[in-house]
Amino acid sequence: MTVPSPLPRRAPDTPRPGRRHRVEPIYYWFLLPTLLLFTALVLAPALVGIFYSFTDYVGFGSWQFTGLTNYIAVFSDPSIWSSYKFTIGFALVTVVLTQTTALALAVGLTQRIRFLTTLRSIFVIPMVISGIVVAYVFNYLFANSLPSVAGAVGFGPLEQSILGDPDLAWVSIVIVSAWQTIPGALLIYIAGLLSIPDELYEAAALDGASAWRRFRSITLPLIAGFVVINTILGIKGYLNAYDIIVALTNGGPGTSTSSVAMTIFTGYTGGDYAYQMANATVFFVLTVVVSLLQLLATRGRGLRL
Amino acid sequence: MTATLPTSDPGTRRRPPRTSAVRVRRRGTDAPNRPVTVILVVASLAVLVPLYVTVAMALKSPSQAAQGNAFAPPWPIDLHNFASAWRLTHFPTSFAISVAVSAGTVLGTLVLSSLAAYAIARNWDRRLFRWSFFYLLGAMFLPFPVVALPQIKLTALLSIDNPVGVTLLHIVFQLSFSVLLYSAYLRSVPAELEESARMDGASTGQIFWRIIMPLLGPMNATVGIFAFLASWNDYMLPSLITADPGLQTLPVVQSIFQSQFGTNYNIAFASYLMAMAPTVVVYLFSQRWVISGVTQGAVKQ
Repeated sequence: MTVPSPLPRRAPDTPRPGRRHRVEPIYYWFLLPTLLLFTALVLAPALVGIFYSFTDYVGFGSWQFTGLTNYIAVFSDPSIWSSYKFTIGFALVTVVLTQTTALALAVGLTQRIRFLTTLRSIFVIPMVISGIVVAYVFNYLFANSLPSVAGAVGFGPLEQSILGDPDLAWVSIVIVSAWQTIPGALLIYIAGLLSIPDELYEAAALDGASAWRRFRSITLPLIAGFVVINTILGIKGYLNAYDIIVALTNGGPGTSTSSVAMTIFTGYTGGDYAYQMANATVFFVLTVVVSLLQLLATRGRGLRL
Repeated sequence: MTATLPTSDPGTRRRPPRTSAVRVRRRGTDAPNRPVTVILVVASLAVLVPLYVTVAMALKSPSQAAQGNAFAPPWPIDLHNFASAWRLTHFPTSFAISVAVSAGTVLGTLVLSSLAAYAIARNWDRRLFRWSFFYLLGAMFLPFPVVALPQIKLTALLSIDNPVGVTLLHIVFQLSFSVLLYSAYLRSVPAELEESARMDGASTGQIFWRIIMPLLGPMNATVGIFAFLASWNDYMLPSLITADPGLQTLPVVQSIFQSQFGTNYNIAFASYLMAMAPTVVVYLFSQRWVISGVTQGAVKQ
């Protein structure tokens, strides 16, 4: 579970550092394609993009250095602020909803229950379906079915499509994102719960610990590592939100559900390439911060996975 | 686990084994936990209802679909929707492109990252290999939106603004995760196996393909499933990279129903169903594999 070094400092078979062994040339050939592809398609474009964020490049033609102009503009642009506010808020709400639901389901799915295998396979289905297709289906449900159901039972607030409501549209995105990402978290939690030895629960039950007490004092501490991993992975995924939003609201109504990724992509068609590259660079910094939090959170936990 | 909920008394439904006195076990009690079963069955409707609506809508006639009750069972069943959806989305083409892109992504990811991870694992004491590992790991800091704009320009420049470019980019975005998984796994492979083969005169290449690759079996499944799902279901990357709309993947072509055929919900849903069905069917037949693969990948991380 510690991310940075999956390899032992010194495997029993490999020579010690310091007493350098000769590297067989073929190993370079094993590594080379990956390094080349990665450099050409990720690092080089990233560097070029960051370079252009300091210019007035519009995507073609000539350009001039403009220093930090783009960055200053990005930080004073209300539409960019609102996209970050929406994206971060959406990520936090979705991660809480997803993790609590997935954990509750996982607890249920590790009980002795009927239809266990069937239920497990049903709950995992959303994972294998394309997010955009799911979101199109939900688009119909939110736009047509939900209002007509609400109308039939006379529940006023939902008689209008929530997709057209600037204050509620984000809820639809949270629901569909959760629907699609709960299975992944669920599988991790099931694995975590099954790794807790039964004896702990037996002993606690004999001592008269209540069910809730056992959950708080045994289950939660022992799966804390899984919660951390799930939360961090979840937030990283939700920060890149795009597909589901395109299919549900396309950023609307107005720009109330426009995510950072959507805003960045407008740089491709909108002619403000350099400007949106500055935005992307800021977004990159945000991603780095989240990833570093991941490293900090997973390191130092004595998880033997 | 029963620990969190009232445990039903073992033995009310079936005779408990003679030896056991009081058994409070998670997976050991004989009686299934009824309330939990009920709650989970109800919760599973959240997954099943949208799927049911998709199937029902896909089978409805245009007039029934227009009535607007999504939950009504389809009657009379209209199979023309599939024919129309097939034509409108150029299904054979977009399906074939999706298959090619995902297959290429899985194959490329498996081969490239296992080779790289093997080289790194066996030369960990050399700075070059160690640094390469951390270099690749850096991709976790670079999600697609950050590098999208320059990548769009680059693929256009190299004339790979088509499924080839999409495949290459899908591979690249899987690399760091996959190398991480493989290196973690290779740690558990004892070197004795390789050494005896080396004594017999096998080259490193032969050792990799004949000994290491078969040993990597479970990890191949995990890496392959992650790569497949990421590639097959992706919308963001192909929609931005592929310039020719005629070369789009299956998820991307679904967007035509948002504009041109806005009210033909029955046809749109037939198309959504055709886009979902392949993975759902494959999943239902291989779920044990998929579930253990995904769990392994997540836990190894």
